[in-house]
Amino acid sequence: MATAIEVVTAHGAGAASHGGDDHSDHPPPSAGVNSRKMLMWLFLASDCMFFGTLIATYMTYRNRSIELQMPPYPNEIFDIPYTSVSAFVLLMSSLTMVLALSAIKRNDHRGLRVWISATALLGAIFVGGQFFEFTTFAREGLTLSSNIFGSSFYVLTGFHGTHVTIGVIWLLTLLFVSLRGGLSSEKALDVELAGLYWHFVDIVWIVIFTLVYLVPYANPPEGGAEAAPEALIQLMTLGQRLLATLPF
Amino acid sequence: MASIAQPHIQAPTLPKPKVEATGLWSWLTTVDHKRIAKLYGVTAFIFFLIGGLEALLLRVQLARPQNDVVDAQRYNELFTMHGTTMIFLVVMPLSVAFFNLVVPLQIGARDVAFPRLNGFSYWTFLAGAFILNIPVLFALPGVFAGMAATAWTNLLGSPVLNGLQPWLDANLPFATNVPDQGWYGYSPLTQQLFSGREIDFWALGIQVLGIASLAGAFNFIVTILNLRAPGMTMMRVPIFSWATLITSVLIIMAFPAITIALFFLTFDRLGGTHFYSAFNIVDGTLISAGGDPMLWQHLFWIFGHPEVYILILPAFGLVSEIIPVFSRKPLFGYAVMVYAIAAIAFLGFGVWVHHMFTTGLGATPTAAFSAATMLIAIPTGVKILNWTATMWGGSLSFPTAMLFVVGLVSQFVIGGLSGVMHAIVPVDTQHNDSYFVVAHFHYVLFGGSIFALLGGLYFYWPKVFGKLLDEKLGKLHFWLTFAGFNLTFFPMHFLGLAGMPRRYQTYSFESGWWFWNAISTIGALLIAASIMVFLINVQRTFASKQTVPANPWDAATLEWAIPSPPPVYNFRVVPLVTHRDQLWHDKYDQVAGGADRVADSIIEVDQLPENSPAGVALTEAQTEAGNIHLPNPSYYPLLCGIGFFFLPFGILMNNPHIQVGMFGVPILSALGFLILVTAIYGWSFEPAG
Repeated sequence: MATAIEVVTAHGAGAASHGGDDHSDHPPPSAGVNSRKMLMWLFLASDCMFFGTLIATYMTYRNRSIELQMPPYPNEIFDIPYTSVSAFVLLMSSLTMVLALSAIKRNDHRGLRVWISATALLGAIFVGGQFFEFTTFAREGLTLSSNIFGSSFYVLTGFHGTHVTIGVIWLLTLLFVSLRGGLSSEKALDVELAGLYWHFVDIVWIVIFTLVYLVPYANPPEGGAEAAPEALIQLMTLGQRLLATLPF
Repeated sequence: MASIAQPHIQAPTLPKPKVEATGLWSWLTTVDHKRIAKLYGVTAFIFFLIGGLEALLLRVQLARPQNDVVDAQRYNELFTMHGTTMIFLVVMPLSVAFFNLVVPLQIGARDVAFPRLNGFSYWTFLAGAFILNIPVLFALPGVFAGMAATAWTNLLGSPVLNGLQPWLDANLPFATNVPDQGWYGYSPLTQQLFSGREIDFWALGIQVLGIASLAGAFNFIVTILNLRAPGMTMMRVPIFSWATLITSVLIIMAFPAITIALFFLTFDRLGGTHFYSAFNIVDGTLISAGGDPMLWQHLFWIFGHPEVYILILPAFGLVSEIIPVFSRKPLFGYAVMVYAIAAIAFLGFGVWVHHMFTTGLGATPTAAFSAATMLIAIPTGVKILNWTATMWGGSLSFPTAMLFVVGLVSQFVIGGLSGVMHAIVPVDTQHNDSYFVVAHFHYVLFGGSIFALLGGLYFYWPKVFGKLLDEKLGKLHFWLTFAGFNLTFFPMHFLGLAGMPRRYQTYSFESGWWFWNAISTIGALLIAASIMVFLINVQRTFASKQTVPANPWDAATLEWAIPSPPPVYNFRVVPLVTHRDQLWHDKYDQVAGGADRVADSIIEVDQLPENSPAGVALTEAQTEAGNIHLPNPSYYPLLCGIGFFFLPFGILMNNPHIQVGMFGVPILSALGFLILVTAIYGWSFEPAG
């Protein structure tokens, strides 16, 4: 995953040399980065905080439904193999996104259309998978308001799903523009910006998938209070011991 | 001024100036940062009057014990809307007005990096402000009718007007529902069990305002980093632009927390979730819901404390611009000032728990946040020291602008000291929710931010309107504000220590609080009078026929090099920057040495090629086209604002719903969404110009 990102930024450095669209006659950008690209990076920085707040909330409430014995519980609901497949699909879409950008830089319009369609399709499969997952969960009794786990799960993953949906619409718009002949290699930046956004949404999914699906949950109270992984328990004990040495 | 021939420098062909468009449509579609600054300034000032009126009603109610000018419910509504209005609709947009006006001029740019995004920020801000104030708009007539009826009955003994308020309350929509939960909207007051539709207006209004702030912050960061004039390295960037840059970074990192917090709140209220409520009532039984009101407090203050610096750092930037000009000295310790702003901003993210010391988080977090809070006093103290050191030994003059900012320096010290007191946990526990806290934050926000912004108005007025505000009236304005402010808020320290809680509608005579409350109300009336003086001053200035030179204050930064008011294109030629205090350098370091140059002459950057060996940098494109390239006006930002108005408005109003799958979508929201999407696509395919 990280390699794919590095490829994009390495290519990006080349496209950064010409100025922002809004100021074609202005002196070159004083910070050396194209204005639109800088705007996208700043947006992503801010988006990190959006997801950070959502993820922090999820982590706060992670085990609460279990502690309060308010089913359905996450371990009963999640189908990890299913979600792993859709996560894999989303991650692969980053590869096709890189190929799309590489194609437009080589002025390969057919390649651009093929790879951008592939990216949009993979993204759409992910969103469709999420829709199917949500409806299955809802049938099994997990709704937005059934318990705090349902609330924080749907709002977090739904927020991410909305990001992917916007990304798919964005890619389809680029495809449409390309088919109308409006996307030349000088406009590679348009593709690159969509790519930055797309890769970011992918990376965020790695974090969400790990924290929401993969890290084990506590067992319901009758099965014992703690089921956190051994390493986590050790880390927390260490932290507690450190805190105990403080003089207050 | 006589021009001096310097044969070795070739003056470039000056591009033809572009004529400014006029009329309503040109304002609705404007992307010119100076016009957007005016729009922001006027809107913020109108809300300053509204928020001030709300505060005045609060003070009138508290003027004597057992007063009944406004009832307890209205009182709650007034302090909620006063706080929300002053923070989100006055200090922030007024600061943004200065960002818009000053930053591009200061860094030698023709406009901001994304002019249409700038228009978008304003129209979206206006949409959010409307959403937030719709309930007030409909409640105010009732409030005034009630007051008029009381006065009429008491003075003339006839109850003629008594029926008016109930009639208005019954017949105006929303009239009985104004947000009443306090500006920080703690749960469970915002939960559906305890409130009505008004909280949705509040939450969605702030949500839309957040979008506007984020868009503006992105724009200003890119503008300052990328649109600096040639030669303007980061350590030559004027200090106000530095303050703007760091404030914008604070906005983009802090606003996501409140956006998500309000997102959860909206889900709690409209989606049946329980993020913020620990309990729920189902069929008359109290059951555990799993949520936690503390989550809101944490998320709110993770935003809320950086927000405090979002409110004060632009003010600090203005002070740092104004004091050197009227001390006739460069700013003392420029680099340290920059680092101090950055340090304040950085530490500002690590102190939010000091708003929650009484929530029982335990000794360790409390102690850690207490220490972090005290740390902030260091960079803030550095700034106070540097302003004092700038004035020290300077050739001081005190026009109104300088009076206001020196007022800030002294009053901010008072507010800062009581702030450090609140860092000490036992003291904070004692002061919590008392008038001492009210005194503290008014000393930093009114005595700080508002004083600096008023000083900024006097300082930049000639640059915006080409006319100087009257100094006599200005000084009267200052002294009335200064006396009124201290008379209003200093006694609140005593009241707080005497145990008077904040947000109480009234108090008994036996409490012994009546004396300082009466004094405080007199102070508030003085502040109201001072604003009247300011309005008269503005009116007189507009009526006067005067012209102002480019640099009436003999200031050092680039905005003073171009005519007042600046032409639509700002700089005919983009200046080349060689020094931090460029104009002083050009005038005093170089010109003063020349035999035939007048000491008090003003050098316009336009004339630099003749006067300064540095000359100007002129891009080839300009010379070739023979015309200054300016961004085209666009109505898409306005359309986005309209979309952002109807999107929440449809949720708030009773209107037909369309069934989409399992969701009922209000027709007005669907319309707003459609407008928004159309505008975004139109915008994307519109040539930037």
